[in-house]
Amino acid sequence: MNAERKFPKAVEVVTVSLAAVVVGGVWLGSHAPRRPPLALPTVLLVVAAALLLAGITMITRFAGFSWNTFVRVGRWALLAYIIAAGMIEFAFVRNHTRGTPLAVVTGMLVVFALDVPFLIATTVARYDD
Amino acid sequence: MHTSTIDASPAPPARKIQIVPLAGLPVVAVLLGFVIFAIASNKFWPLMLCHVAGGALWTSIDLFVGLAIGPIIGGMSPPARAEFSAKFMPKMVIIMPMVVTMTLATGLQIALHLGTLNLNNGARNWLVASMIVVGIMAVIALGVLEPANITVLWEMNKPNPNPEIIGRMMKRFVYTAGITGIMQIATLIIMTRVATL
Repeated sequence: MNAERKFPKAVEVVTVSLAAVVVGGVWLGSHAPRRPPLALPTVLLVVAAALLLAGITMITRFAGFSWNTFVRVGRWALLAYIIAAGMIEFAFVRNHTRGTPLAVVTGMLVVFALDVPFLIATTVARYDD
Repeated sequence: MHTSTIDASPAPPARKIQIVPLAGLPVVAVLLGFVIFAIASNKFWPLMLCHVAGGALWTSIDLFVGLAIGPIIGGMSPPARAEFSAKFMPKMVIIMPMVVTMTLATGLQIALHLGTLNLNNGARNWLVASMIVVGIMAVIALGVLEPANITVLWEMNKPNPNPEIIGRMMKRFVYTAGITGIMQIATLIIMTRVATL
């Protein structure tokens, strides 16, 4: 219980990062098939990436974190979500998304494919001895 | 040789839970191949098959798990809950990401095919509402439900599982499954409305 209290809010922070990516994705999707305004999704992408980095920094500073478990769980989750993000990216490319909108979509999918494995692996590892 | 004494031998060691059921991976590979074919070919029927089959399974499973299975699990004794979870949750690990990917990867392409996202189309606002509902469900499912699911299975595989962690994560799983189950009712309303406009 003591370790639980002291554990940094990395999962909560990265969940907000995931939410930022999802809001950006909904924004981009809701403007299809027109070229979407990119200011909001770009800001959301930067915020999401910053929050992900903040979450990673938080757990690297947590003494006694079970990195072994984090890597064992995270690598398989990463593989699964790279495949899922790749399918969504393929759908955007196949539907003629090009240039800056594609770069923003790709950035969001990269953050998405890192956020979810981070959340799964960190949740598992925080309870590991 | 038989013995007439009551067997007082210690319980057999708990069987290791396979967190990702390997037997299901070939099925996933076939389904992923079909989704890629549907997107690449841009043919309407394969796209619709992926979207409708994936979406129907996603909605039904969420509703059933959230509103029927979840409360049943919540009312079980801890050993029964552990036994059920050990068999049930690995299947969810492989089924849910697959049906979600099938549905989402093909949804945008179908909307572009049908022109339902065009500004003057009556279905547009409904589809944007659907994206918002899916977005909220995605954050709950990926940020809370799935990590809880994997944590339960990981904890159960330990020589001495901590019942407090399992109980807390199971509660989280059951509540979030209930929330996404209720939100799927919105998806049903939106999608049937879009189909009948």
